[in-house]
Amino acid sequence: MKKSELNDPFEQARLEKGYGEMDDQNDPVVMVLRHKDVRRCAHNWKTFQSGAQPGRIVVPSEVYIRDTRQIPFEVDPPAHGAYRALVEDWFRRPLTPAYEVQLKAQIDLAIEEALSRESVEAVEGFSLPLQSRALTLLLNVPLAEAEEWISWGVHVFRSEESKTDASKANILYDYIDQEIDKALENPGDDLYSVLLAAEYEGRKLTREEIKGVMVLTFAGGRDTIINYVTNAITYLADHPQSLERMRKEPEIISKAVEEFVRYFSPLTHMGRVVTEDTQVCAHALKPDSRISLCWASANRDASVFDNPNEVVLDRKVNPHVAFGFSHHKCLGQHHARQIMKTLLQSLTEKVASIDILDAKANVEQWGDFDRKVGFHSIQVKLNPIQK
Amino acid sequence: MAKITFITRDNETITLEASSGSIMELARDHNVKGIDGDCGGVCSCATCHVHVAPEYFSKLKAAEEIEKDMLEFEDTTNEFSRLSCQLQISEALDGITLKVAN
Repeated sequence: MKKSELNDPFEQARLEKGYGEMDDQNDPVVMVLRHKDVRRCAHNWKTFQSGAQPGRIVVPSEVYIRDTRQIPFEVDPPAHGAYRALVEDWFRRPLTPAYEVQLKAQIDLAIEEALSRESVEAVEGFSLPLQSRALTLLLNVPLAEAEEWISWGVHVFRSEESKTDASKANILYDYIDQEIDKALENPGDDLYSVLLAAEYEGRKLTREEIKGVMVLTFAGGRDTIINYVTNAITYLADHPQSLERMRKEPEIISKAVEEFVRYFSPLTHMGRVVTEDTQVCAHALKPDSRISLCWASANRDASVFDNPNEVVLDRKVNPHVAFGFSHHKCLGQHHARQIMKTLLQSLTEKVASIDILDAKANVEQWGDFDRKVGFHSIQVKLNPIQK
Repeated sequence: MAKITFITRDNETITLEASSGSIMELARDHNVKGIDGDCGGVCSCATCHVHVAPEYFSKLKAAEEIEKDMLEFEDTTNEFSRLSCQLQISEALDGITLKVAN
C-alpha cells in the first residue's frame, strides 16, 4: 500500500445501512454516510441544527472545553446569514491578485528552504509553518505573528493525552483577547479591526461575538489545511507522474485542487443536533440527539463518483462535499483552495520529485471506523529541478 | 461566435461574445456579478446558477443527474435553472439570455 493512500472505512456501512454509530463522551453520534443524505441533512438546518450548545456539533464534542459560540458556524439561519454577510467579502480576499502574489512569495520561499535541506518533516516542519504564515494574509496581520502560532504546535484544541485539551484552548482564547485589546487601542486594517467596526442588526458586535469569529478562523483552518498540504506532498511523492503532468498541463491544477480535497477530505465529519423526531435511512432519530455529516464517506460514494478510491487529477464532474454543503459551507474555502493551487504551481516550478523517508500515519477512530486522515509526521526529501 | 447576455440580480445587462469554454468561465472572467464559479467548474459549488430564458432552455443539452442534484438544494431554483459551468459555449447558444440566480 502506498503511503499516500487513504482508505475508505465507511464503504460497507454506507452500502448496507447508510449510517454508522459511535459514542463520543457519552453523547452518541449517528454518522450519515451517503452523499445524497449528507447533502439533504446539511441543507435541512431546521431539523439538523448548528445553533445548539456551543461545541456540541463538533465531533469530538468541545462542550467541556469552551463556552464561546463560533460564528457564523454555530448559528442557524436567519441570523447565520446576517453574520456571514459581515465576513463573506473578507474571506473572498484570497481570490484577489494581490493576495495571490503574496501567497506565492511565501510558498516559493517555503519550498526553496525545504529544497536547501537534506530532508524536512512535512507536518510540523513544513505544513504548519506554511499554514500559519498564510493565515497572516487571511487576517491581514504582520508575517511575524505566525511565529507564535507555529509555537502552539499542530493541534490548538488537541493534545496527545486528550482529544479535547482545555489548556490548549486557553492559549488561543487568551491570545485572541489580547489581540482584540490591541485592535481596540490601535485600529488597523486587520480582521480584528474590521470586526470591531462591523455592525450587526444596527449594533456593534460584542467582544464574545468577535472572539467567536476569530476562534473559528484559527481553529477551522489549522488541522484541515495541514492535512490537505501534507497529503498533497505525500501523494506527489508517490506519484511523480502526476507532478510531471501538472508541469506540462498547468491548466488542470484547478481540477487537481478539487480532486485532492475530495480524496483527502481533511475534515472527516461535522455534527448537527436533531430538533424533532425524524429519520435517516430508516433509522429513527430523537430530538436532542446528534448526527454527523460524514464528508469523507460521501466523497467516496460510488453512486456519485466513478472510481471513488482513485485520484483522478482532472476529474471533470466532482460534486464533493469536502468543504461542507449548503448554508454552512466552509468560510475558509477560498483561502484553502488558493493555498493548494499556489503550492501545486510552486512545486511544478521548482521540484523534480519527492522522496518519502519515514512516515507515521494519523489514524482517527470513530466507533468501529478507523480512518487515516493524514500523518503525525512524515520525513520527505524534495529534489530540485536541475537547471 | 456566440453572443451571450447575462442579467444580474441588480438588473444590469451584460452581453459577451465567445466561441469556446463554459458559460461560467466567460462570466467569471468578465466579473459578472453573482457568478463566482468557486469550484472552477466541477459541479461542486452551485455558485454559477442561472435561469435560462425559456425559449433557449430546450436548445440546451439536458442536465446530468449530478447537476440536477446540485440544483435541488438551491433556494432560487426554478424550472429553467442550470449550472452555467455545465453549459459549453457553441454557435447553438448564440443570442441566449441568462438571468443570474444569486
